[in-house]
Amino acid sequence: MIEILAVLGIPLAGSLALAAVGHRPVAASVNIAASLGTFVAAAVLTARVVTDGPMLVLDKLFFVDPFNVFLVALTAFVGFTTSLFSRPYMRIERERGKVDAARLRLYHAMYQLFNFTMLLALLTNNMGILWVALEAATLTTVLLVSLYRTPASLEAAWKYFILCGVGIAQALFGTILLFFAAEKLLGAGGGALLWTELDAVKSQLEPTVLSIAFVFLLVGYGTKVGLVPLHNWLPDAHAEGPTPVSAVLSGLLLNVALYAVVRCKVLVEGAIPTAFAKNLMMGFGLLSVVVAAFLLSRQKDVKRLFAYSSIEHMGIVTFAFGMGGAVANFAGLLHMTVHSLTKSAIFFAVGHATQKTGTQLMDGIRGLITTSPVIGWGLMIGTLAILGMPPFGVFASEFLILTTAMREQPWATPFLLVALGVAFAAVFSKVQPMAFGEPVAERLPHRPAMIPVFVHLAIVLMLGLWIPPFLADWYRQAAQLIG
Amino acid sequence: MATLPLYAQFINLLAALLLLLSFAMLAQRRVLSLIDLFAAQGLALAASTAIVAYGTGQHHLYWSAGLTLILKVFLLPWILYRLIRKLDVKWDVEGLINVPTTMLIGIVLVVFAFNLAAPISQLASTVTRATLGIAMACVMLSFLMMITRRKAIPQVIGFLSMENGLFFAATSATYGMPMVVELGIALDVLVGVLILGVFFFQIREQFDSLDLRHLEKLKEGE
Repeated sequence: MIEILAVLGIPLAGSLALAAVGHRPVAASVNIAASLGTFVAAAVLTARVVTDGPMLVLDKLFFVDPFNVFLVALTAFVGFTTSLFSRPYMRIERERGKVDAARLRLYHAMYQLFNFTMLLALLTNNMGILWVALEAATLTTVLLVSLYRTPASLEAAWKYFILCGVGIAQALFGTILLFFAAEKLLGAGGGALLWTELDAVKSQLEPTVLSIAFVFLLVGYGTKVGLVPLHNWLPDAHAEGPTPVSAVLSGLLLNVALYAVVRCKVLVEGAIPTAFAKNLMMGFGLLSVVVAAFLLSRQKDVKRLFAYSSIEHMGIVTFAFGMGGAVANFAGLLHMTVHSLTKSAIFFAVGHATQKTGTQLMDGIRGLITTSPVIGWGLMIGTLAILGMPPFGVFASEFLILTTAMREQPWATPFLLVALGVAFAAVFSKVQPMAFGEPVAERLPHRPAMIPVFVHLAIVLMLGLWIPPFLADWYRQAAQLIG
Repeated sequence: MATLPLYAQFINLLAALLLLLSFAMLAQRRVLSLIDLFAAQGLALAASTAIVAYGTGQHHLYWSAGLTLILKVFLLPWILYRLIRKLDVKWDVEGLINVPTTMLIGIVLVVFAFNLAAPISQLASTVTRATLGIAMACVMLSFLMMITRRKAIPQVIGFLSMENGLFFAATSATYGMPMVVELGIALDVLVGVLILGVFFFQIREQFDSLDLRHLEKLKEGE
């Protein structure tokens, strides 16, 4: 229990402290320290859950099982590495006059608060609090996306706020319907929104209400996952915010929103005898994969390119969870992990590349391998990994998802294969000249913070070659939990 | 048909009022009047919540009614009024596209909402279940309002009024969510409006107006 309080308390305290003291030279280090503290606490919590099994503490307010603890660990880890990347990145932005001290204060405070809201969403047992935490995550990221105060960033933030606000209002309606269905079985007290209580009685919940509720919940949280056709905010928010924010949006927030969808799906699946929830998730997932793959080739901005790639991968994971079953869920969880790590690594590399060339347009970024080999190779390897090249982890998870699809949903296989092929062609043909083309930019005056990139990519490589037994075991338990 | 208890009739009356106010907001051109209508909607919501609390003996709903009263009748309209005074923009009147058409679409949405709510209402055990359709209709009308408005503050009022509709759905279908959730939602709404307030200033600083047509530059392939 003390671990849970630490996991939530450290980022919250960090946020308050960073907001209170204002921007000092140490602020970035405090940010790193708080993120490291969160990560250590999350690691301890994980170890505890792996040895002792699920935890239900503090008047049933928090619930930790293998499914969410794995996301907690991932969130805390990527939050930590991103804070490492963010220190030099934001220092350069400051030197270039893109942000001032007041903005940096906001940035650091909101960064920690954002981590807090995501961890709260993951750890809470109450479906209402889950909603509140995700809405709060939207609000903090709106401030982060609009950090530069340029017309484009204001527009992106406004679109993000309105679309996700409306989306998440649908999710609130879904939550109300869920409460409405559960209240009859569990009484009007606080118990009727607790996931563990709902899970225990899910087979008796009213199927009609639950299917309507699931539509609202999927549309609502799906907006935040970036599922097509609710994805419009995502590329803008990724492209216009600071790059560390793009990395955590893609790497973490989308996962947390998908986590909310999956938690709801478990309840609905238990209540409805038909494959309604499955089909809906598979449909949305597949549509996202296909649409995003075809939009990839039209992108000119490098951050938008990888934002669309995030939509594509979230579609793949949604499809996998939609199929359900031990193998597909295992692959979905693995894909969530490797996508988070790879995508944030790519954004780190992209961040340095854009700072170096002063543009986000891919036409302006050329020959990184010559001018700055570490960034160039980081970007190239990251791109190959995200495109599903063996031996990286993304290959393993995509291969599992594809083979399961061939066996269980053969109709979907051609769509998936074509989309993956199109995505490969589009992304590779764009990134290749960025890495190997005729160089245009001069050397960066600073040493890029590339350690996080290579640490992430090394983990992804390892997951492709060999999944440690404890991790495989852990995935298997989680896969079983979500049916 | 058996007559409803008096308090239930009051709730139905207030529900009808809520729907009427939603339609009025849809057609209102003046931003200041829009805020007044929003405050009136909040008042109707708070009153209906208090009546449900009285009629059914669900005492925690009094808290919820008080919260609604403070937040949606006083605090949020006050913040919006202040914002408008501080922003000092000539944008009191807004050209609306085709009010009659919007109204007709609104009516279609109401019919749709009642149809959607019908199966759920039948399952409800609360006395107020008939109002669930109205709550959904309010949500959809606010949604329509957000789509048809081109300026920032009316869009936000549409958003807040959607939240009103959702709150009404929660009280009418289930006698309210657990308190901790309601507090959380209220906090989120409040913080959201404060953030938007800051936002308005930045948008105006950048574009000299709060017309959202300026915010349509980000397109595919640019």
